[in-house]
Amino acid sequence: MTLAARNLPLTEEQPSFQASGAEIVIRALEEEGVDTVFGYPGGAVLPLYDALYFSKVRHILVRHEQGAAHAADGYARATGKVGVCFATSGPGATNLVTGLANAYMDSIPLVAFTGQVSLELLGRDSFQEADTTGITMPITKHNFLVKRPEDLAVTVHKAFYLARTGRPGPVLIDLPKDVTARVITYSNSCREVDIPGYHPRVTPEAGAVARVVEALSRARRPVIYAGGGVLSAEATAELLVLVERTGVPVVTSLMGKGVIPEDHPLALGMLGMHGTAYANLAVSECDLLLALGTRFSDRSTGRFETFAPHAKVVHVDIDAAEIGKNVRVDIGVVGDLKSVLEALLSDLEKAPEVQAWQRQIAHWREAYPLRYECPEGVIKPQFVVEQICELTRGEAVITTDVGQNQMWAAQYYRCRRPRSFLSSGGLGTMGFGLPAAIGAQIGRPGETVIDIAGDGSLQMTVQELATVAQYQLPIKICLLNNGYLGMVRQWQELFYEHRYSQVDISQGGPDYVKLAEAYGITARRVTRPEEVRPALEAALSEPKPYLLDFVVDREENVFPMVPPGGSLDQMLGGKSVEAHAKRTG
Amino acid sequence: MKHTLSVLVENRPGVLARIAGLFSRRGYNIDSLAVGRSENPALARMTIVVEGDDRVIQQVNNQLDKLIEVVQVRDITGEPVVERELVLVKVKADPATRGEIIQIVDIFRAHIVDMGRNSLVIECTGGEEKINAFQDALEPFGIREVVRTGRVAMVRGARDTDEEEEHG
Repeated sequence: MTLAARNLPLTEEQPSFQASGAEIVIRALEEEGVDTVFGYPGGAVLPLYDALYFSKVRHILVRHEQGAAHAADGYARATGKVGVCFATSGPGATNLVTGLANAYMDSIPLVAFTGQVSLELLGRDSFQEADTTGITMPITKHNFLVKRPEDLAVTVHKAFYLARTGRPGPVLIDLPKDVTARVITYSNSCREVDIPGYHPRVTPEAGAVARVVEALSRARRPVIYAGGGVLSAEATAELLVLVERTGVPVVTSLMGKGVIPEDHPLALGMLGMHGTAYANLAVSECDLLLALGTRFSDRSTGRFETFAPHAKVVHVDIDAAEIGKNVRVDIGVVGDLKSVLEALLSDLEKAPEVQAWQRQIAHWREAYPLRYECPEGVIKPQFVVEQICELTRGEAVITTDVGQNQMWAAQYYRCRRPRSFLSSGGLGTMGFGLPAAIGAQIGRPGETVIDIAGDGSLQMTVQELATVAQYQLPIKICLLNNGYLGMVRQWQELFYEHRYSQVDISQGGPDYVKLAEAYGITARRVTRPEEVRPALEAALSEPKPYLLDFVVDREENVFPMVPPGGSLDQMLGGKSVEAHAKRTG
Repeated sequence: MKHTLSVLVENRPGVLARIAGLFSRRGYNIDSLAVGRSENPALARMTIVVEGDDRVIQQVNNQLDKLIEVVQVRDITGEPVVERELVLVKVKADPATRGEIIQIVDIFRAHIVDMGRNSLVIECTGGEEKINAFQDALEPFGIREVVRTGRVAMVRGARDTDEEEEHG
């Protein structure tokens, strides 16, 4: 009889048990409060799966390890908890790589467990051996190869601590098969971890906050630029108080969608390559940019040298290495955003005078709105997203793929709650949407989860339809199907003189309705604009998985657009925006 | 400009790979890297010489500091430090040139550590410029092999290399 099987507590009378390494791992997961893991078994993780057999921890069987990592990632984004995934050695581990890199770029807390060949086989190019810690070193916050079963429990606790504290990120634990198979006397339930080189700075330096307060009270054209760090720090309430007390408008990065309700009068939407014209103009003209929990991605800033050219730049981030990495920063504050905002709010006495600035922004908002043409009989992808937003009142959990579908979702879905817009920001991983929706739906079972997908992206992880079907997850997959690798086609149209090289996927593509039905998922094709809303209503009213194949305008583009390497005030798309650019540029 | 960083790390397998990987991934150029166990067997101390402007060095500092196994990073450039490098040079030497080489060895306060029929192995320590000059002086005789350790550095005086300077 083993430890996990009996699930016994360690008590004074019985301070130790015989347990296998795998059982110790599962017990440590239980101690960390893990209720769900996503994974795919294989030879090197057999001991782990055997221990799991007796555990309360729920395992979701995906159909590809990339799906496991993305599902754990979606779960973490949707719940704020640490996502967990399992994979076997060699190809199992290498299949996780994209998902780990995705989580790393977006600072998502994950703990990944990979099987490894036994210690005596290590380094001999053995069957299903890969140097997993070597491969994942640059795409994890940290990783471990555990060589002694005695070290397993503490390593698991260290991994969770590292994943969720400081700047969150993925941590990987590589587990040689014999280490998990060996039975030892287990008595180590110590969860205190001591990592000498790791002390994330939580409390900001007092002087720095004072400088921010002073800069803010003097500003006349301030803008808050909020990123995903506000969500990681659970600081959305503090942000809203700051915004309402000061009247400072807010632009967000893609990762920052949901930090403030997007129907708030001071919310200007997303900035950057496909940001709103008024967000981009506000950043280009502001005299103070208060950047909160964002890493100044090139997709947000455009050309670094001409970003926010008139502004004093304040950057608040938990990661000191982000301060000044991409753009010059006048005041850098290292600390947890919640603590920093609290300190800022308690010190702030005088709100800046921003009435004239708010009027200027209102003018831009009116003059250069997001818009698209609506010719009769053609489904515009933006229209589909708008309808989703209207029907869900911006309160669903949205996941997206990557490309045009993602940018239309970001532009036209105005989300009202934090952790409800889950999108691959940094890595731009096609195929993220469906497995992320699986994770989100498992993490938030009572809520409406909608995957806004592209036909190119969906095919990259389409096998996860089987996972959706197996667990009957009521995800609504809204496919914006244009038969193209749409964003690549858009770039070819705009920057490569319409040479559409290798982007037409309309031939050979599956009939998505039949494909979904083959997995046992209800599906419907929608070809006319007037059918869009009824189809969505039907899908949303059914408590089961549903795929809607929206056949949309093939050559629709995402506008406005800042050309790669351009400045934010020089946007393509929409005559009025271009006219403004000419006048000022 | 070249900067000297003194980096205290956990003494474990894989840490060097992590640090070297950080440099290559982010496009920073390591000029030299010397590593060995410190006064505490659980920790190793690295002396890393890296070339870059202030912004690059600040980034290198911050990115290194972010690594979990890095306990401390200090840029000791411009501080009063003792800097040394050790070089082993195998130089061609026949009876006709040997005397001249021995003179050079004396001038540089180097040591002959091995003597073959047609070659000498010489050990020399000193700052980078001295080592360069020593190599230049031996060049005409025919250098067969050079092994250099890279720079190691320690702050002078009572203060330890890892202690921050007092402010105020």
